[in-house]
Amino acid sequence: MKKYSVFSLARNALDYHENWTEAWRSPEPKPEYDVIIVGGGGHGLATAYYLAKEHGITNVAVIEKGWLGGGNVARNTTIVRSNYQLEGNAFFYEKGMDLWRDLSQDLNYNVMFSPRGVINLAHNDAQVDAFQRRGNTMRLNGIDAEWMTVDQIKKKAPLLNTENMRYPVYGGLCQPKGGTARHDAVAWGYARAADDRGVDMIQNCEVTGMRIENGKILGVETTKGFIGAKKVGVAVAGHSSQVFQMAGMRLPIETHLLQAMVSEPVKPALDTVITSGAAHCYISQSDKGELVFGGDIDFYNSYAQRGNYPIIEHVVTAMCELFPAFSRLRLMRTWGGVMDMSMDGTPIIDKTPIDSLYINAGWCYGGFKATPASGWCFAHTIAQDQPHDLSSEMRLNRFETGHTLDEKGVGSTPNMH
Amino acid sequence: MLRINCPFCGTRDHNEFTYGGDGSISYPELDAPMEDWIKAVFERENICGRQTETWQHTLGCRMWLRVERDTVTHEIFSVTPADPKLAVACGDDA
Repeated sequence: MKKYSVFSLARNALDYHENWTEAWRSPEPKPEYDVIIVGGGGHGLATAYYLAKEHGITNVAVIEKGWLGGGNVARNTTIVRSNYQLEGNAFFYEKGMDLWRDLSQDLNYNVMFSPRGVINLAHNDAQVDAFQRRGNTMRLNGIDAEWMTVDQIKKKAPLLNTENMRYPVYGGLCQPKGGTARHDAVAWGYARAADDRGVDMIQNCEVTGMRIENGKILGVETTKGFIGAKKVGVAVAGHSSQVFQMAGMRLPIETHLLQAMVSEPVKPALDTVITSGAAHCYISQSDKGELVFGGDIDFYNSYAQRGNYPIIEHVVTAMCELFPAFSRLRLMRTWGGVMDMSMDGTPIIDKTPIDSLYINAGWCYGGFKATPASGWCFAHTIAQDQPHDLSSEMRLNRFETGHTLDEKGVGSTPNMH
Repeated sequence: MLRINCPFCGTRDHNEFTYGGDGSISYPELDAPMEDWIKAVFERENICGRQTETWQHTLGCRMWLRVERDTVTHEIFSVTPADPKLAVACGDDA
């Protein structure tokens, strides 16, 4: 791999940027690998990278039915945070924050991580109490959190409406080290760095079956033929249920549709991330100048990667209430992604009842920010054949044993998480 | 926008309705083994394609309905009352 640097940029400028090499190879699949990762999204690529880097396993293939990073890693609203309060997930997401901070240097690829702060707005007394409790829990866990008064928030986001609205802003909980990252670059950076360590990226290759004998997986059937593997890890987000159906498993997951949208680009107007759980809207401004925002899922099971109008209207209404100045902007694009909503709102990174088959699923709204931590822990789970300490409560069988991680406390209603 | 043809009120936008979920789930007897309850409460077929599901016409007649819908194309094939006796009374044998 040719290292990207200011010098390589200058060198390539001399020949009009016509001689850059491809970021990764596109090899034909080998007959057998030590590890196959099904799913070339952020989590699958991160897993392949950490398998190679941290565990020395380089005979690895990432199998992707479409193109690398074409699913949810390309469709999210790019927000990175770790404001969780259960022991089973807080330290996992905080490990992600540690990895995010050095990710660009580690991958030699600019993921444009921007710790601009993430502010959750409180709109009533009960939310103030709940957010302050969350902030205190986070600080006790060593995670950064700051309570902000309305004046402090207005200073940070002058265009934010706090008073002339049905539910005025009472304050907010800020995680200063949270922020945004360039989502596509995360997928491309992991892919390029994993490829450099010998991982094969097999694109346009759909897994159509699993070969399992005597309770152990031997490989996967694909549209490019059978590929053998000592171990198989599956990280396919919204289609987890279909892939694990090939292994005869039923998952505690429902697939739902989540939409996001961008406005036309404008000059810098918002240099933090504002979220409002009560209004169902989260908003930030991309480096291109577009306002990126999203809200709730569409509430009914769906595999369509496109949304429905009522939720767009709902999100835009909330956004205009929070930022009346943005009401004059044109909406440029809307799109949807399919989420693997777990029954308690917490992901699953674990072994499965089938020997050498591993699961990474159930990311709900929060897959993007978890990409590095997910790859880190899933690579460990596959390499060591046991869960990482940080994901040791994200077990597949926690619903049977009663150890659910239900941060919102709403029960087994996946469309409410 | 999904348009759901409520047998009692006529065709309405889906945001008048509340989604109930997979309509094929049947809960076991109270004294059934724990495994049966775990399956019913937590595990899902999560169908990619034609699914039978329940919706409640919350902002209309408040009746529970059984809707056959494709989870990929969102096409709706049939809408009948969820209560089998009502379905028969309405002329459906669902």
